[in-house]
Amino acid sequence: MSWIIGISALALMALIAGLILGFAAIRFRVESDPIVEQIDSILPQTQCGQCGYPGCRPYAEAIANGDELNKCPPGGQATIDKLADLLGREAKPLDAAHGEEDIKKVAIIREDECIGCTKCIQACPVDAILGATKQMHTVIADECTGCDLCVEPCPVDCIDMVPVEPKPERWKWQLEQIPIVEMNHLAELGQTQANGSNEAETTKQQQVNG
Amino acid sequence: MAIEITATSRLWNFPGGVQPDERKSPANLQPIQRFPLAPMLYIPLRQHAGAAGELCVAVGDYVLKGQPLTIPGVDNGLPVHASTSGTIKAITEHPLNHPSGLSGLTVHLQPDDQDAPYPHQPIADIHAISQREVLQHLQQMGIAGLGGAGFPTARKVAGARNIDALIINGIECEPYIVADDRLMREHAAKILRGCELLQQLTSAKSVIFAIEDNKPEAINAVATAIAETSSTTIANIILRVIPTKYPSGGEKQLIQILTGKQVPANGLPADIGILMQNVATAYAVAHAIDVGEPLLERVVTLTGEALHHPGTAWAPLGTPVEYLLQQSGFQPSKHQRVIIGGPMMGYTIANLQVPVTKTTNCILAPTASELTPADAEMACIRCGACEQACPASLLPQQLYWHAKAQDYDALKQHHIVDCIECGICAYVCPSQIPLVQYYRQAKAEIREQAIEHQKAEIARQRFEARQLRLEREKEERLEKHRRAAEARKAAQAARAAEAPTSPSAADTKPSAGKGTNAAVQAALARAKAKKAAQEQPDSSASIGPSAAVQAAIERAKAKKAAQAAAPEQAEPVADKGPSAAVQAAIERAKAKKAAQANAESSQSAEPAPENNTQSDKQDAIAAAVARAKARKAEREQAKGNTESQNNAAENERKGKQN
Repeated sequence: MSWIIGISALALMALIAGLILGFAAIRFRVESDPIVEQIDSILPQTQCGQCGYPGCRPYAEAIANGDELNKCPPGGQATIDKLADLLGREAKPLDAAHGEEDIKKVAIIREDECIGCTKCIQACPVDAILGATKQMHTVIADECTGCDLCVEPCPVDCIDMVPVEPKPERWKWQLEQIPIVEMNHLAELGQTQANGSNEAETTKQQQVNG
Repeated sequence: MAIEITATSRLWNFPGGVQPDERKSPANLQPIQRFPLAPMLYIPLRQHAGAAGELCVAVGDYVLKGQPLTIPGVDNGLPVHASTSGTIKAITEHPLNHPSGLSGLTVHLQPDDQDAPYPHQPIADIHAISQREVLQHLQQMGIAGLGGAGFPTARKVAGARNIDALIINGIECEPYIVADDRLMREHAAKILRGCELLQQLTSAKSVIFAIEDNKPEAINAVATAIAETSSTTIANIILRVIPTKYPSGGEKQLIQILTGKQVPANGLPADIGILMQNVATAYAVAHAIDVGEPLLERVVTLTGEALHHPGTAWAPLGTPVEYLLQQSGFQPSKHQRVIIGGPMMGYTIANLQVPVTKTTNCILAPTASELTPADAEMACIRCGACEQACPASLLPQQLYWHAKAQDYDALKQHHIVDCIECGICAYVCPSQIPLVQYYRQAKAEIREQAIEHQKAEIARQRFEARQLRLEREKEERLEKHRRAAEARKAAQAARAAEAPTSPSAADTKPSAGKGTNAAVQAALARAKAKKAAQEQPDSSASIGPSAAVQAAIERAKAKKAAQAAAPEQAEPVADKGPSAAVQAAIERAKAKKAAQANAESSQSAEPAPENNTQSDKQDAIAAAVARAKARKAEREQAKGNTESQNNAAENERKGKQN
């Protein structure tokens, strides 16, 4: 008799567990593929298409489907490492076929040369170019991702990619990169003794250490 | 929870801290001086924590002392004002008073030595107007925290609600700096007036005036002033003298000393019912409300052994550091360093032309023997001295390893954001590791990543919005095309029904002209035919089907001619050499002429429509060949073309006109 009780007890438990799982499958259903979202949030969102896909999201989907991680030059090695970490794959060096890691740039239109053809506006993946037909166009620098896509379509080549200018509030404390100005104008003012501070360029900027 | 502090209540302590050599003398012995105005003032547009305002003056303008130069921008920051009257000589990039040595937009003001004042706007009674209006006034007066960070005072006060205690910070714990010390000695009454105003603005229950015990003269001056001020104007003001220790002047540290409470991580003092203001800020508030003059000058400590006459001075904002040094007898040595701020938290400037700003409390010009530059960094020996000294109870050693490894997640877990960058860890480090420098870099990198992430998020949203828009537009276009096709079909059906009724086209001239001409003629022909049909609805039936056929032929001809002309108009304009353009124009002109001649002949050959069609065809072919040739020539020319595109475009236009 005991084996009947055992089997029926197990069957009952399986039924309950099945019901719970079935309920959970409906109640906690995930709408979209979360891994694509996660990959997309790591990608730099320049939408430059250097990976060969029309934007970051399509590349995120491709990665989720098994494409290589190392096709994103704007993200660079840091992005590759993060993706490798997320997906548990090997972090390869950046694939040079898709371009090289570069400093951050922003597009600037030489406005007096712009003929107002709107070709760059159509090319911009993030709608960061403002203008109308036969009207001068301009780039909203804050929204520009530096993707380069507007440069090629321009028929009069009036778009330049210029490095983003460093701002004091976003400066990263690279003291060794500060150019040291000679203080020789003091000599003009008669304030220095012989060759007072003309050798200031040899001074090293260092943390003041009490 | 309310904070109750009495003159005798217990003083607490914060962990760590050091007692470096103070070196406050001899700079604190002399009264605050006032130098003649510098020959040129450099007023940067951004002198506080926040975005710069918008310029409201232009080069060549004459401005009065206290006249605003900017209007606060989108983030409701602070304006800057003309520190004296004079002429604006330039508005250009000028080295900023910033550790980066970067340049920023700066107003170059040449003083006329008149000090002609802009109308003062004092507030007689702050109770007569709302708190908001008073705060707006403080904002317009450009009052920022003068203790160091330069946070707009009005915003700080506005953000503080339910304040138990207003702490007036007269600690000035960093070595060398004596600006607040001198200000308290000489202007204690006005500082107290500022305390009173701040208390009324914040409705703080009590005011705690905190001074370190190494400033006995300042303590005396403030105590006397408090005794003189009737106790009715400032409720519950207490003077607390606290032991000397660095960095007890830090906001969080001072709160811990006075109340024993810690400001929560990522929180503000207001969260525990405290608002702290610097003594110089209190002075500036009193000046802005009682006198009605904006923040135009501040007390600057001029010290270091490279100066012959160290002391303090009222420096108009924008005065070049070099000018102040000269006035104090600057004797630069080899490898002379000039530090803005104290030796612990200050930074070396790369250019002496940088101006004094709202947050510049000290200019330190030490000799090499006085402050030895740091030696080469050595390996960490894990002595733990930094951990013992850290006033924020962080683990500097761990932070150091993680910062070196650029492991920003680990740094965040170790609360790097709570580092106040006081510099003690670097000061005590026996291996001369510039620890704070690592933390500053790491913090900047974390901040940068946060900004980048935010920007990426915005870019993603914009990209997705654009994708949606493109998809929508495509659908709309398809829909439009579908509707247009339907309309065309309907029109064709209507025309087919109408065709047998149309009259003879004998009187309409065939139009084999070119381009729009042809189209216009065709349209005219159609219109005429229609009119005729309408006018003779009855007689139309008598006209045979041959007439209808003829009319259809005419229409087809016109259409064909128009189509042949169309591609020419759509020819690309740019990237053509002038000679190519001219050639093209000549080709086109030839083709046109030929077509026109043909058109005439076709007109004369009216009765024979079959011949007409044939010759038209031939003409069209000839024209197309000519065009293709022209285009080819152009393309070849364009390859070797180095002429300016403007020229080309102009020639092209001329060609078209031909």
